[in-house]
Amino acid sequence: MNPDERSDNPEKASTGPEAGAAREQASERDGPAAVSRRWLLLKAGIALNGLVGVAMAIPIIRYLLWPVRKDAAYNSWVSLGRTSEFPVGETRLANFRTPWTRPWDGQTDHVPCYVRREGSAQFTVFAINCAHLGCPVRWFPQSQLFMCPCHGGVYYADGSRASGPPERGLFTYPHRITGGNLEIDAGQMPTLSNTAKLTNIATPGEEEGCSCRG
Amino acid sequence: MSRMKRIYDWFEQRLQIEGPVREAVLHKVPRNTASWWYVFGSAAFTLLILQVVTGILLALVYVPSAAQAWESLNVLNHQIPLGWFLRAVHAWGSNFMVAVVFIHMAQVFLFGAYKFPRELTWTVGVFLLLLTLGMAFSGQVLRFDQDAYWGLGIGVFIMARVPLIGGQLVHLLLGGPIIAGATLSRFFTLHVFIIPGTLLFLAAVHIWMVLKLGVNEWPMPGRVVHRETYIAEYNKLAHDDGIPFVPGAFWKDLVFSGAVLAAVFVCALVLGPSGPGGQPDPSIIQTVPKPDFPFLWIYSVLSFLPPSLETPFILIAPIAMIAGLLAVPFVASEGEKSWHRRPVAVLALTTVAVAWAVFTHLGMYTPWSPHMNAWSGDPIPVRYLREATPLVRQGAVIFESKQCRNCHQIGGHGGERGPALDDIATRMTPDQMRFKVVTGGGNMPAFGKNLSPPEIEALVAFLETLHPANEPPAADAAQRAIETGGGAPPPVGGHSY
Ligand code: FES
Repeated sequence: MNPDERSDNPEKASTGPEAGAAREQASERDGPAAVSRRWLLLKAGIALNGLVGVAMAIPIIRYLLWPVRKDAAYNSWVSLGRTSEFPVGETRLANFRTPWTRPWDGQTDHVPCYVRREGSAQFTVFAINCAHLGCPVRWFPQSQLFMCPCHGGVYYADGSRASGPPERGLFTYPHRITGGNLEIDAGQMPTLSNTAKLTNIATPGEEEGCSCRG
Repeated sequence: MSRMKRIYDWFEQRLQIEGPVREAVLHKVPRNTASWWYVFGSAAFTLLILQVVTGILLALVYVPSAAQAWESLNVLNHQIPLGWFLRAVHAWGSNFMVAVVFIHMAQVFLFGAYKFPRELTWTVGVFLLLLTLGMAFSGQVLRFDQDAYWGLGIGVFIMARVPLIGGQLVHLLLGGPIIAGATLSRFFTLHVFIIPGTLLFLAAVHIWMVLKLGVNEWPMPGRVVHRETYIAEYNKLAHDDGIPFVPGAFWKDLVFSGAVLAAVFVCALVLGPSGPGGQPDPSIIQTVPKPDFPFLWIYSVLSFLPPSLETPFILIAPIAMIAGLLAVPFVASEGEKSWHRRPVAVLALTTVAVAWAVFTHLGMYTPWSPHMNAWSGDPIPVRYLREATPLVRQGAVIFESKQCRNCHQIGGHGGERGPALDDIATRMTPDQMRFKVVTGGGNMPAFGKNLSPPEIEALVAFLETLHPANEPPAADAAQRAIETGGGAPPPVGGHSY
């Protein structure tokens, strides 16, 4: 590349037989190897857009991550009804309205769970979701078993695993009794990764009352 | 110059598209690639367009709201003229698309078409496959019914097993703490904007590379791919023994695409739309959730895993599978293309296909799931109770009322989780039965706490009668010896264990 040529003004020779050569010179001057004002300005333009992009990405990521919140933000105590509705020695299906809802949730915020009452003040509240992959387990009072329709997981009356693919017993909700109402601390789909994991599955001997929220 | 020509020229002068189109249409392809084996890619693309068109039409009515989605689907099915048909075409188009994409991939694999210089075409193809499956899954969620709800629940539980960030991923997937309105909005966005946008873009890239690199030549044993010489060899082949892509090869693509579309329409007409099933109300638990066809095999695999393998398998297997697919063209980018000289590849493909077929087949009748209503619905065959003693009858009642039937067949009815019990007495002695009933084991829960000793006796008495008339029940050799006065050797060939 000839530095003299580079200093030529291409506009001068934009017509005539030398136009081709001049265009070549111009494109050489604008080639990526050349250091010129245009290239500097282009880089400045890229940098500006990059900066604005980053500045925009921060609010966008914040917006996208909005649902990722602490368990406490979603959970709260909800009532399952009077304790008298649950006969001693039986396991009953109960429904509650999940505390964290939107008006367009439809029926999806009606969440079922099983309440087992072992004694007058002894309750265990099981999640409906199979500990394997979350299908709704069904309670069979005659054989005192929970059976899962999906992959054949079975649990005993106390929620402990009886057979099938689940690696653990049913999830339980922390519960308390206030003013004759049975309340549970609920709000999330119980899975292996949220608070449900910390809940001890009560073996018949050492029942509930655990500080399940660690 | 005719009027048409003038109009054409007016546009052409501005669009300048004739050159590139002519080049694409008339570029030469090796003669024997104009084969019926090479039609699946174009059929997959045709189906993609069909899905886009029917999807847009459905979106005119569908309401992506957890409260109303299910109802809007029912309106589509029952109130809007031919709404059911569009839903059916979209659903069957989806099934066909998944199938054709898989067949296309198998064919490309078998023909060694992923080898140099088409590695990237394969890589992009793997992502197209994943996106297609993503469409199928998110589409299943948009059909917001019970299966969608609990199927997504399974997805949530799988996500939750990711170490450390599982909980956060679940929140991101659901848009909140539970499957609800925010979840459906998310999946609508995925199904309607994000995945199809990416799919169309990558499909364009995929097709661009096919045009630029040429259609893979028919594999011949002995025609080995070398990085240094392949391109020259291919160009020579396409030049010496080539035909223009249109019409030589393209007419088969057209005919096959048309046939596939016709098949989709016929299936849609005859078999109708899929669902929506029951209302998406989690408090209705009388449901047996089942995923759509493309995911049945996963459903089966998940039910066969032993508990200890569950989490590692669920987390590692998908990554390993995808990594394996992506690695294919880089592990074997040179060498033989012909299946006659690639036994490992043929074996691998056959294994995968057979495994897939077996698991999908199992997923269709789910032998591992208890039949929730068998105990109250399927009667004990009368022939088993003729001449039965009261104790045996009592045992039969206990057999039914304790839901044994949910997992055990008798007379061809009942669950298949455990073995059928029609000839259980030939396989187990009464003592063994008692032990098994009380303590369980394997896939059998222990019933010791739920059955009183008299109930167990009655149940075993009933089970003891379950043997073919011409085959004696199993007996404990030692016991028999004692009962028959001691000292007698056990009968040879008896069913004692
Ligand atoms: S979800 Fe219950 S066994 Fe798999």
